[in-house]
Amino acid sequence: MGEPAIKLGTKRSSTFIDKVKDLLPEGGNLDLCLTCGACSSGCPATGIGGMDARKFLRMAALGMDEEIQQSPWVWHCTMCQRCIYVCPMQINIPQLVFYARQSWPRDQRPKGILGSCDMALRNDTCSAMGATEEDFEFVVEDVLEEYREAQPEFKDMEAPVNKQGAYYFLNQNSREPVTEPDEMVPLWKILHLVGADWTYGTKGWAAENYCMFMADDEAWKHIVEVKAKAVEDLGCKVWLNTE
Amino acid sequence: MTPDWNKDLKVKFTVQDPCQLVRKSFGDPVAEDLRYVVKNVVGEENFIDMSPNRSNNYCCGGGGGFLQSGYPEERRQYGEAKANQILATGADYCITPCHNCHAQVHDLSEIREHPWQTVHLWTLICLSLGVLGENEREYLGEDLKNVAMYGA
Repeated sequence: MGEPAIKLGTKRSSTFIDKVKDLLPEGGNLDLCLTCGACSSGCPATGIGGMDARKFLRMAALGMDEEIQQSPWVWHCTMCQRCIYVCPMQINIPQLVFYARQSWPRDQRPKGILGSCDMALRNDTCSAMGATEEDFEFVVEDVLEEYREAQPEFKDMEAPVNKQGAYYFLNQNSREPVTEPDEMVPLWKILHLVGADWTYGTKGWAAENYCMFMADDEAWKHIVEVKAKAVEDLGCKVWLNTE
Repeated sequence: MTPDWNKDLKVKFTVQDPCQLVRKSFGDPVAEDLRYVVKNVVGEENFIDMSPNRSNNYCCGGGGGFLQSGYPEERRQYGEAKANQILATGADYCITPCHNCHAQVHDLSEIREHPWQTVHLWTLICLSLGVLGENEREYLGEDLKNVAMYGA
């Protein structure tokens, strides 16, 4: 048994896809879809909730704005860009998904992402888990001291915090200092053994950025600016993010 | 670095190409760099690539905020493609050089009662350098809990 046919409206002056096209780089090319299905056939999100990438794009092209903007599938697509990679027309479906995320009222976006973004906005560490500058510096120093004492080959190992002029500024995902600090150590050892000149910063050390996933441009920009300023203030040449 | 520790053990490894690092940023050249390091760490004969791979690899389902978005069933459904890729290699370990990939691939293994272990690249580099201590082995399986122990 087939599903009843969807009746499309006839007099839609401005649809979601028109708005999105104006925002796309290079004029946008969402109309160039050949409907070949290469996007969906190699996409792990195909079929989740009955949706797939080709269907999503066709719905947008047909002006089915309400369905597009209410579909939770925009939170199931990871915007991994494999669909662009295999598309003969390089159509940017993930960008369409991103703008669809943005069309959700902020307080109705997934609570976990929202909470992580808002937590990161609270202080200059940008930690989605709320770790403060003092927390981070304490954990790093505490773990370093423990390993220096226990492992003689690493008695001179450093894990500098706010070292002015270091070559590399290293970010750290909050999960390590907050829940499994020993996992920071292997990377320190590698950096020590190769003689890298690196530092953490008390500001902007957290690698994660949930505001980006939230599609909250202002908050995303704020997070990136705080981190970039931290790198510049220490005069570091290379910013390493392990995410 | 040396893969000598694995010459007789023959523990098999595959590697997850992170979308952000490979397809979305540096492309296939960085995927080659990744394989160069991995092969020197675990031994070329103990490395098995998953398919497809490099820029054509499937996302694991840990990206885009999926881990925090409150859709665990959908996330695990998404991850089936990745789990099947890993299982098809028959590898004992999947190396995940990305934080999101690590969390997701680890979860995909956990809900299947750990047919493979999920490990950070830094852990294996230190293992092959002979400097990995006992408290740095959280993600190693029983087979490697005591191998090439630092200070032993």
